[in-house]
Amino acid sequence: MINRGYYEGFGGAYIPEILVATFDELVDAFQKAKNDPHFWQEYTSLMSSFSCRPTPVTFAENLTRMFKGPRIYIKREDLNHTGAHKANNVMGQGLLVKRMGKKRVIAETGAGQHGVATATMAARFGFECTIYMGEVDLERQRPNVFWMERLGARVVPVLDGTRILKDAINEAFRDWVTHMDTTHYVLGTACGPHPFPEMVSYFQSIIGKEARKQIMDLDGRLPSRVYACVGGGSNALGIFSGFMDDPVALVGVEAGGKGLDSGEHASRLCSNDARIGVAQGYKTYFLQNSDGQMKKTHSIAAGLDYVGVSPILSHLKEAGRVRFEAASDEEVLNALSLTMQKEGLIPALESAHAFVQAFKEAPTLSSEDSILINQSGRGDKDIFTIADAFTDPKWREFIKKKAEGYHA
Amino acid sequence: MLESHIRAERGKKEILLMTHIVLGYPSFEEGFQIIEAMVEAGVDLMELQIPFSEPIADGPVILRANQAALANGATVEKCVDFAQRVARTFDIPFLFMSYYNILFQYGLDRFAAFMARAGLKGAIVPDLPPEEGEDYLRIMADHRLAPVFIFSPSTPDTRLRSIAACSKGFVYCVARKGVTGSDTRFTGELESYIERCRRATHLPLALGFGVKDKRDVDFLRSKVDIAVIGTQTIRLVDKEGVGGRRMRRWRLGLI
Ligand SMILES: Cc1ncc(COP(=O)(O)O)c(C=O)c1O
Repeated sequence: MINRGYYEGFGGAYIPEILVATFDELVDAFQKAKNDPHFWQEYTSLMSSFSCRPTPVTFAENLTRMFKGPRIYIKREDLNHTGAHKANNVMGQGLLVKRMGKKRVIAETGAGQHGVATATMAARFGFECTIYMGEVDLERQRPNVFWMERLGARVVPVLDGTRILKDAINEAFRDWVTHMDTTHYVLGTACGPHPFPEMVSYFQSIIGKEARKQIMDLDGRLPSRVYACVGGGSNALGIFSGFMDDPVALVGVEAGGKGLDSGEHASRLCSNDARIGVAQGYKTYFLQNSDGQMKKTHSIAAGLDYVGVSPILSHLKEAGRVRFEAASDEEVLNALSLTMQKEGLIPALESAHAFVQAFKEAPTLSSEDSILINQSGRGDKDIFTIADAFTDPKWREFIKKKAEGYHA
Repeated sequence: MLESHIRAERGKKEILLMTHIVLGYPSFEEGFQIIEAMVEAGVDLMELQIPFSEPIADGPVILRANQAALANGATVEKCVDFAQRVARTFDIPFLFMSYYNILFQYGLDRFAAFMARAGLKGAIVPDLPPEEGEDYLRIMADHRLAPVFIFSPSTPDTRLRSIAACSKGFVYCVARKGVTGSDTRFTGELESYIERCRRATHLPLALGFGVKDKRDVDFLRSKVDIAVIGTQTIRLVDKEGVGGRRMRRWRLGLI
């Protein structure tokens, strides 16, 4: 093994022997790309023509006025092609797949955003594509399943375990240990064995690079706080990386689900329910019992509903560089409504977690301050979940009629 | 010592059989009967898998056995007590197989001390490459236990040698790519891989993944020291139940 990628004791590469050679090949391809001065340029130019980079930073004037506190800015990752920051990582890994000469890609997906992004990348680069998705997530993110299949990907429902994101990751690994000669596993977040945490953060750092420059141009100074939601940690690490060496408070917001005391949440770094362990190929904080069996997690946002968290974030937590908070399902729906009504923006349920914490803290900051929220994705994919949460009667009527139409 | 035991047995038999069961599956009591039947039938070594919620190297059959065992309430404490009872009752070498998190949460030192006390001989941990196993290697050595590492067809020769240098007792050769349970082609390609493994180490070799019937075992005879019957053992239990007579016939059918 060339290198194992540790962040002060977190990370590593706990992989079956059959995959060691594949990881060595990947580490090598990634290092070469990183050292190639043209690679980053190739990547950003692809992202500016295929996606919508640089994504803008929007000044949230109405929210700012309402909270009477800091100026609130929003980084618009929702404006990426396919509607989330996931495209950044996927297109970057796609370029690596081309360099490695592989012909097939596989991926796990929770919210379906990473799956859809991977399916577009595969279509564009001419790769065969298989997406693993837990059965529970298939149900709650149906629109994305539709798009993946239309884009030519095979979507495989995962019926084992808790049938959500972690189980989809296990299944993707099982595919990979069988087909690694032709196949690359496009892991969707900054988790898993080395080099994934480093590699995914590297591609996502495009968010922070742009955002720092944009906010300096717009506001003339650094924000006092930056907020991002944390599932595996990729959008958070992406935006945080731009401000890591600045006097800026970095706040990661995890899924508080039905409350940290309820046991039904996915808060690894700000609840007392997680312990350091090793699973899915890396060492980090996991929500697990005292035997080391992974627990069931819950979040209204499929993309945050995960037992582990980036080893880089575990390290940054212990180093005191990033503060972690949790937002409950209910708070998330309220923040989402407020953002839609005040600003005309539609954050994904995942992203809305970051808004919750920003809104909690805004009234405590002065009008001298500014804050930056990462809107990691758009909420269109959540239409069924959100409609149910608000028990929207007209939507319900529409779905009933639609179903009757299929019966006829 | 595990290695000398294997050599002595190999002096008497052309090939040894190692079977694999998941602790707590279908239940601990049935597990005990299965082991009893297998020992009676002449199985030479057994792998006792402590179930884990995320068994990424295992295929559907063993994965579901892991899940069923956990759903039936198999805790690590129960597995460990059961293993002690088994190792003290039957006179063949038993090894633990599990994923690293199980050992890590139990405490490596406590785990190894327990194995030594209970009379287990070693452990197979498929998600722990030697590079990540510094503490594990030291602690296993302190308790004179055998850390069994894994060779794979994609492992280059130099790496085979460095893995062998960490392994004790024997080396587990994974027959092919993929997870446990799918079919393996017993062909010339496998033969040249086994030759590559032989050249890399003097330790006895076990070969597993996809070994399921007499033809497969015949192919391996005189090429490796131990044939590992993993998924097929669990399929047999699923299909035939735990009756001793069937188990015996099955083993006679293999050798
Ligand atoms: C819109 C959106 N935001 C955030 C996440 C969480 O992932 P991460 O923490 O890696 O950014 C997801 C995951 O699916 C997502 O779709």
